Amino acid sequence: MTQTVLWLAQRVTAAILAVCVAVHLATIIYAVQGGLTAAEILGRTRGSTSWLVFYSVFVAAAAIHAPIGLRTVLGEWLKWRGIWREVFLVFFACALLWFGLQAVIGVFA
Amino acid sequence: MRVLVKRSSAVQEFEVPRHPSQTVLDVVTYIQRKLDPTLAYRYACRVGMCGSCAMTVNGVPRWTCRTHVDKVAHDDSLQIGPLKNLPVIRDLVTDMREFFNKWARAKGQFEGARTRHDDFEEISPETRNREAVDAGIECIGCAVCYSACDVVAANPAYLGPAALNRAWTLLNDVREKENSERLRAVAGDAGCHACHTHMDCTERCPKHLSPTAAIAGLKRATAKAALKGEL
Repeated sequence: MTQTVLWLAQRVTAAILAVCVAVHLATIIYAVQGGLTAAEILGRTRGSTSWLVFYSVFVAAAAIHAPIGLRTVLGEWLKWRGIWREVFLVFFACALLWFGLQAVIGVFA
Repeated sequence: MRVLVKRSSAVQEFEVPRHPSQTVLDVVTYIQRKLDPTLAYRYACRVGMCGSCAMTVNGVPRWTCRTHVDKVAHDDSLQIGPLKNLPVIRDLVTDMREFFNKWARAKGQFEGARTRHDDFEEISPETRNREAVDAGIECIGCAVCYSACDVVAANPAYLGPAALNRAWTLLNDVREKENSERLRAVAGDAGCHACHTHMDCTERCPKHLSPTAAIAGLKRATAKAALKGEL
């Protein structure tokens, strides 16, 4: 059951990330035309609820997706299985979410 | 031809004469009969039906009886070893117990609801379920896929392509009554979700089956069952 839920979560977040990464890259390519400054980026993101929602979803999807993949890497490469691996990954997911959302809020507020 | 055989003790070199249409099994048999009778290896049918003569030939798992030397020899030399991912009993003979224990763990036994007093179940060959069964049913349990699988090498508990392929054929058998239990058996930490879809099993299967497709089917089936709360 756990494996199936993790697999589903990774598949769903992968689909979300595919869209988010495409939009993110397209925006970068568009935005760097004619130079790029911090003021220009902040001018676009500050107070913009759309970018706030977009990057919050991006961060949340990454915070779910990455630890599930890392779980397999730790199990197969380092033979680290058992409860402490899961505890570590919960902390890792929380760290990704925390730092990611700090960055999102940083360019919004 | 120079033949390097990975034996239990060390790698041993032999000189074997080439013949037209010579198979790798012919080479191993020549070594055992003419050069070193202590060499241990396993075979039975010699015609690709029993699946017992699989070995690693030049790094690739193959049925030795159906592999012509002409097709695999590099610079007139061959390297022959036991199948990977299985314990070696001696020389080229591997212990297949864990391989078949995993079939049992994946609920590889058929359990129908009918008794001998009931009539035969009529199953049309055109139904989607039966087509899925047909696609995987010809497996003869030679363990070539298991030996080729990187995930088995990284995670020894992983059930492996053959056992999961077997579970998929039974899952699609409309006579089968234990399928919810089977789905639980293949949804664990060592089950279908551990597959990385490298497709080495499908690439190497001598019967040209696709365990990868079977495993993908199991992933979908377990996901559906989980969403319905049936897992």
